Amino acid sequence: MQFRKSWIMALALTSVVALSACGNSNNAATNNGGNNAAATNTPTESSSGADLSGSILASGSTALQPLVELAAESFMDANSGVDIQVQGGGSGTGLTQVSEGQVDIGNSDVFAEEKLKDADAAKAEALVDHQVAVVAISAVSNPDAGVDSLTKQQLVDIFTGKITNWSEVGGADQAIQIINRPSSSGTRATFEAFALGTKTEDLQGSVQEDSSGTVKKMIGETPGAIGYLALSYLDETVKTINYDGVEPSVDNVVSGDYPVWAYQHMYTNGEPNEVVKAFLDYMLTDEVQNGDVVELGYIPASAMQVSRDVEGNVTAK
Amino acid sequence: MVGRIYMSFCVLLLIVIIVSMVYFVASKGLANFISGRVSLTDFLFGTKWAPEAATPSFGALPFISGSFLVTLLAALIASPLSICAALFMTEIVPGWGKKLLQPVIELLSGIPSVVYGFVGLSVIVPFLRDTFPGQGIGVAAGALVLSVMILPTITSVAADALSSLPQNLKESSFALGATRWQTISRVILPTTMPAIMTGVVLGMARAFGEALAVQMVIGNAPFVPRSLFESASTLTSVITLSMGNTTMGSTLNNALWSMALVLMLMTFVFVLLVRMLERRNKI
Repeated sequence: MQFRKSWIMALALTSVVALSACGNSNNAATNNGGNNAAATNTPTESSSGADLSGSILASGSTALQPLVELAAESFMDANSGVDIQVQGGGSGTGLTQVSEGQVDIGNSDVFAEEKLKDADAAKAEALVDHQVAVVAISAVSNPDAGVDSLTKQQLVDIFTGKITNWSEVGGADQAIQIINRPSSSGTRATFEAFALGTKTEDLQGSVQEDSSGTVKKMIGETPGAIGYLALSYLDETVKTINYDGVEPSVDNVVSGDYPVWAYQHMYTNGEPNEVVKAFLDYMLTDEVQNGDVVELGYIPASAMQVSRDVEGNVTAK
Repeated sequence: MVGRIYMSFCVLLLIVIIVSMVYFVASKGLANFISGRVSLTDFLFGTKWAPEAATPSFGALPFISGSFLVTLLAALIASPLSICAALFMTEIVPGWGKKLLQPVIELLSGIPSVVYGFVGLSVIVPFLRDTFPGQGIGVAAGALVLSVMILPTITSVAADALSSLPQNLKESSFALGATRWQTISRVILPTTMPAIMTGVVLGMARAFGEALAVQMVIGNAPFVPRSLFESASTLTSVITLSMGNTTMGSTLNNALWSMALVLMLMTFVFVLLVRMLERRNKI
């Protein structure tokens, strides 16, 4: 009896402790809480960057992850005292974690203001944007569709379900199958904002996949399929479609002629500390911009002849 | 003494982890309903899922129905196959049949789900596209992939149940002049049915919670499908697709947690079912 009672007591106690712990860390489900402590207490003895030490934790966009990882490796080779960890998780996760201080850098495909809205708008204001690269997105179709170029209006009609056969836009007599991204995806947001100019609703029977590799495979194999991919994924298995007659090439993106592109952002919560700043500065050096960035199929942010703000207004640089 | 303390500590830790997980999912999953941003009936019975629209709507019925549909279909396809395989291993040719089938079926359970998804995308989807109307992607493809994934669960539970059947039951049946088929259909299957059903329910629980493989082949359109060959979604597929793209605490993120809560409650139901079947099995 005595033994039983103590067991129940212990159980009750631990449950209470567990519940209260939950309450405190409600938002820290995917936490990496401890790791960023090291980054904030870095010694600041030299400003040359030669004796940097500390650790940086970055998380977020899986589209940006390979670039940051590659750059982090060469940065760590040059600064042996610095330890950089890069995790994926998606843009939403990156923005959440950086605004809650769980990571030092939040990688995102979209402006923080677009994800952190309404009640969270104040969180977005505290974040500092570092644009490190540009990703352009092109409409692509199955090669048998027989269409080289589509106008903006034709694309809108296709993605809203008004046009359902390729013959209506001068292609083969073949039903159109939309391969979309989920409605929360950053790639879809970019495509809708700059190619369609409007948000679209999902259509009954449309297909949604979230990995670019799967999207490419589906479009290449499914008769009549249309979708959109980042330029780095394009190859001969899918047909690249010109937008209003403009070819989606790196040159056309850089000059501002091709409008469907978005920045890759690395957000910090407030101004970055010395180590994080050194790494972000390194991301913008010619070594990375003309090396890793180009190698991995992104477009260097430094090369862009136009710039765009969060509202989508484009200005010449 | 030390061992006992260590064991008690482990058990306690386990209980704490389980209780806090249930609490976490429940508190996140109920947040939208408590704050009134989404009503419970709209969530459970609404058919329109448009979280990014100007007036967002969070109807999860397409995902709930999709989950049940693929799970039931997968169980329907896999159960007869599994029961036959189990009978083959225990009653028909217990010797080499078991030696041959058991490792093969155990192998099936060890294959990662992404491989199933990729095989589904490369083999099943093109096959369905060429054979049936539609794009191949859809409920049928998801159910086929799932049925292979739950085969080992049902088979191994059924085989255990069959081999633990008292020998004298079979011998009495044979002594009465019954053939092997009569013994299997009139004696063995009826007496082991509750245990076999346990395997089926366990398989369904696995199918209900499987995410990656289904997500790759089902198409993920947020609609209640009108045919087996049309794109649909499951609770798990929409959670894995959207969770990383949303920020913690947003309405969409909380709606995804509500779906996780539905999944968890369904798991409780499956566990309860298994418990009830086990109790029936003992009598």
